[in-house]
Amino acid sequence: MTTSTTTHTIDLTVNGIPRQVTVEPRTLLADTLRTQLRLTGTHLGCEHGVCGACTVLVDGEPARSCLLFTVSLVGRSVETVESLEEPGGRLNPLQQSFQDHHGLQCGFCTPGILMSLTALLRDEPHPDEGRVRDQVQGHICRCTGYQQLVDAALAVSDEDAEVAP
Amino acid sequence: MKPPAFAYHRPETVGEALDLLAELGEEAKILAGGQSLVPLMNFRLAVPAHVVDVNGLTELTLSAQRGGVLRLGALTRHRELERSPLVAGAAPLLAAAAPFIGHPQIRSMGTLGGSLSHADPSAELPGCVLALDATVVAASARGERRIPAGEFFASHFTTTLESDELLVAVEVPVPAGRVGCAFTEVAARHGDFALAGAAAVVTLDDAGVVTDARVVCAAVAPTPVRVAAAEKLLTAGLPGGLTEVETAVQDSLDPTPELKVSARYKRRTAGVLARRAVEAALADAEGRAA
Repeated sequence: MTTSTTTHTIDLTVNGIPRQVTVEPRTLLADTLRTQLRLTGTHLGCEHGVCGACTVLVDGEPARSCLLFTVSLVGRSVETVESLEEPGGRLNPLQQSFQDHHGLQCGFCTPGILMSLTALLRDEPHPDEGRVRDQVQGHICRCTGYQQLVDAALAVSDEDAEVAP
Repeated sequence: MKPPAFAYHRPETVGEALDLLAELGEEAKILAGGQSLVPLMNFRLAVPAHVVDVNGLTELTLSAQRGGVLRLGALTRHRELERSPLVAGAAPLLAAAAPFIGHPQIRSMGTLGGSLSHADPSAELPGCVLALDATVVAASARGERRIPAGEFFASHFTTTLESDELLVAVEVPVPAGRVGCAFTEVAARHGDFALAGAAAVVTLDDAGVVTDARVVCAAVAPTPVRVAAAEKLLTAGLPGGLTEVETAVQDSLDPTPELKVSARYKRRTAGVLARRAVEAALADAEGRAA
């Protein structure tokens, strides 16, 4: 059993790499990622679980990193937008599709949306528009009106369909 | 928007957790999925001196069906309610209500036990466990207590759990025979707090006559409420048709207005939602083999 008011040192996996971090109990995952691990791709918007900007994957499921205490994530696997990058710094197919379809403008909400869509496309490689819209409902985007980012996700889904036997 | 400092406890067994709760009492808050507690702490509306993290208690993640009862561990995530074949078969009302809870990111983390203990009047699962006549299992260092859902919710964000008790499981009677159910709600946007909600569970006999009915409305009172008048109409064979259900619900409720909506809006919406839920539950039951 662990009890402490001060700091805790815990092991977790971030983007496939084992990491050890020392945190106060109240430290939120979003802050650990941004300030300790310098993974600033995860953005913090509302800090109370409404805007979705800070969404990352925890054991493959989308979660709001502003609502998770890092200390609670012992042994868990966290994936952030940085993990999407392909060798040579290239965009992955979903990111490229966002660029091609104007799926972002200011880009603040984009990392979170990419992570939610990544989780969806792993579970369901060919979601229909309804499923894509369900998946991004927990994200606030004030630039695109959502249409282009939905188009971007659907284009990736179609592309995979053509490749598949 | 950062939470205040607190002492963190991560028990590895239920026994350790219960000893901690006995020792810390009102000073402690239990952390499960954190989807309600952490926002409250970020706003500093909740400032617990101690947080007891139950996420290491693997026995609270286990669910099983034995005989006519589905026992769901308190750490069952909303996402599991949404996806689990076990839940879809044995507690289809919970599977039907789960997609209405927040957003996918919230459903990944949020738990059944957390939602019931938080007792938000606008939440989905409290109304569902009431409609299902479920039993809440609470444990403390003093022993285990079984609380019928009808006696569990006390008021806004208040349950009959004692400060040293941990909700460990929920037991749902598995429907036998022609039982149909449905859940529906209205929110300003999908995923927002519901402005009104309704759940219905109906049982038909072989001749298609309603033998039992439970109609529950949410977000219209400090706790989810059963509407006995609507249930009586159903077991009486709905002499005046489904519209009577709507009227009975509207006549039974006395909601308090909220920032966005009036009491009248809530009453009327709850009536319409209850009618729709009953209609869908009847169709669901009729579709099941006699």
